[in-house]
Amino acid sequence: MKLLTREALLSFRRAPLLSALSVTTIAFSLFTVGLFGLVALNLRQALRGLEERVEIVGFVLRGTPSEAIAVASQDISGFPEVKDVSYVSEEEALQRARNELVEFRDAYRDLQVNPLPASIEVRLKDGFRDAATVERVAQRLRGFGFIDDVRYGREWVQKLDSLRNITGLVGLVIGLAFAAVAVVIIGVTIRLTILQRAREISIMRLVGATNWFIRGPFLLEGALKGLLGGFLSLVLCYAGYLLFRDKSGGTFAGLVFFDPEHMVLIVIFGVLLGLAGSLVSVGRHLKHV
Amino acid sequence: MIRFGNVYKAYPNGALALKDVTFHVSKGEFVFLTGHSGAGKSTIMKLLFAEQKPSAGEVRVSGYNVNALKADDVPRLRRRLGVVFQDFRLLEDRTAEENIAFALEVIGARSDTIAARVMRVLTQVGLSAKSRAYPRELSGGEQQRVAIARALVNDPAILLADEPTGNLDERATRGVFQLLRDINAGGTVVVMATHDLDLVRQTSYRIIEMREGSVVYDSQVDEAQAETK
Repeated sequence: MKLLTREALLSFRRAPLLSALSVTTIAFSLFTVGLFGLVALNLRQALRGLEERVEIVGFVLRGTPSEAIAVASQDISGFPEVKDVSYVSEEEALQRARNELVEFRDAYRDLQVNPLPASIEVRLKDGFRDAATVERVAQRLRGFGFIDDVRYGREWVQKLDSLRNITGLVGLVIGLAFAAVAVVIIGVTIRLTILQRAREISIMRLVGATNWFIRGPFLLEGALKGLLGGFLSLVLCYAGYLLFRDKSGGTFAGLVFFDPEHMVLIVIFGVLLGLAGSLVSVGRHLKHV
Repeated sequence: MIRFGNVYKAYPNGALALKDVTFHVSKGEFVFLTGHSGAGKSTIMKLLFAEQKPSAGEVRVSGYNVNALKADDVPRLRRRLGVVFQDFRLLEDRTAEENIAFALEVIGARSDTIAARVMRVLTQVGLSAKSRAYPRELSGGEQQRVAIARALVNDPAILLADEPTGNLDERATRGVFQLLRDINAGGTVVVMATHDLDLVRQTSYRIIEMREGSVVYDSQVDEAQAETK
């Protein structure tokens, strides 16, 4: 184990330029993945903000006793998808209209009779704000006898749905593409190291070192490069994030950075990429000699 | 120790490197493999340390059947052999003792025994005073001695030397050859491929002469036949 570590570290000292090149390429590959991850993360954050506003409104028939509405509200808030239910009485609806629809304030003030119906507003839990669930809950609301009409932004919810799917898909595809590029680059740099040390490897084989023993230092070297590259990419991502946030003049002040879990994942991903690249290169080399 | 039975070796293009080669080497023997370049000496060496497998026939080395050797067994066989080449194959960025220690480290030898074992073989080849020298600081003969020390450090049953004196001047050649004779005197089988006929004639060791992939002369077999006539 000591030898393994020594041999792996030795290659950093012997070929500092090549090692730096490997680490930098890994860092930049991961940086690209990371930047896209940040965009996706912030887009999702923004979408979540929009999603919060997905709401189903059931208009209540005039003259429905408030006890019936209270029982129904209780019932609805028991649905597994439902986050909360609030009842808006006729008077509250009128008050809201007066506040929000400034242009008609005068018209509402002179009214003798309140034309606005009472309503039940239903908000859904996180993760249930897709078109199918909204439609299902709306259907159930219609089932109550005193509900006159149910409204929700059907098209708007559907658009949100497809936007969410597209960003997820694009993120996945681009992320995988860059990960593949990273594996190839790491493979090539490790291959250069291997060619540089071909003599050493041939001697190791000659004196009876097992293939796993020969692979060991290279795998560790790849993993180490991946680890360093992963850290470096996080630093780059953070620098990019700060730059973008602060130079945008406040437009993107609400941008978020990765959680600690995400950061750990990125570094682990870097290590895996390093391992994969060196495994491919060493495997091919050992097969050929 | 070594048994070649009707061995054929074909190159990928179909040409034969070895044609029907048969010989046995017993314990304690010193054998010269002679012949022009391309006669098949190096191919025999490669079969002996399982770098290649025979196309037909049987190759057995130190109890291992090279024909049926599994990938896992190749390192095991090689740990029982020492191999020396014309070009020494030392690592330029390590000292003499580090080169030898490397051979022990990579087969997982106990680290507390390595230093002593390295010093023992360096003394055996007469280089204990130059243990800290890098290959570029050593003469050709000295570099070959380091390579021999590396081959010996695992106490091999068989030492394979492929043109070990090919790059050396006459004086260094004599020294390296004497070292190989001493090693053989200690009980190790030595198989030495060479085309230095002066060296071969100096001694009465067994000679196997190759030509175009076939054995054309084996002193052991041919002299035995001459005696019976």
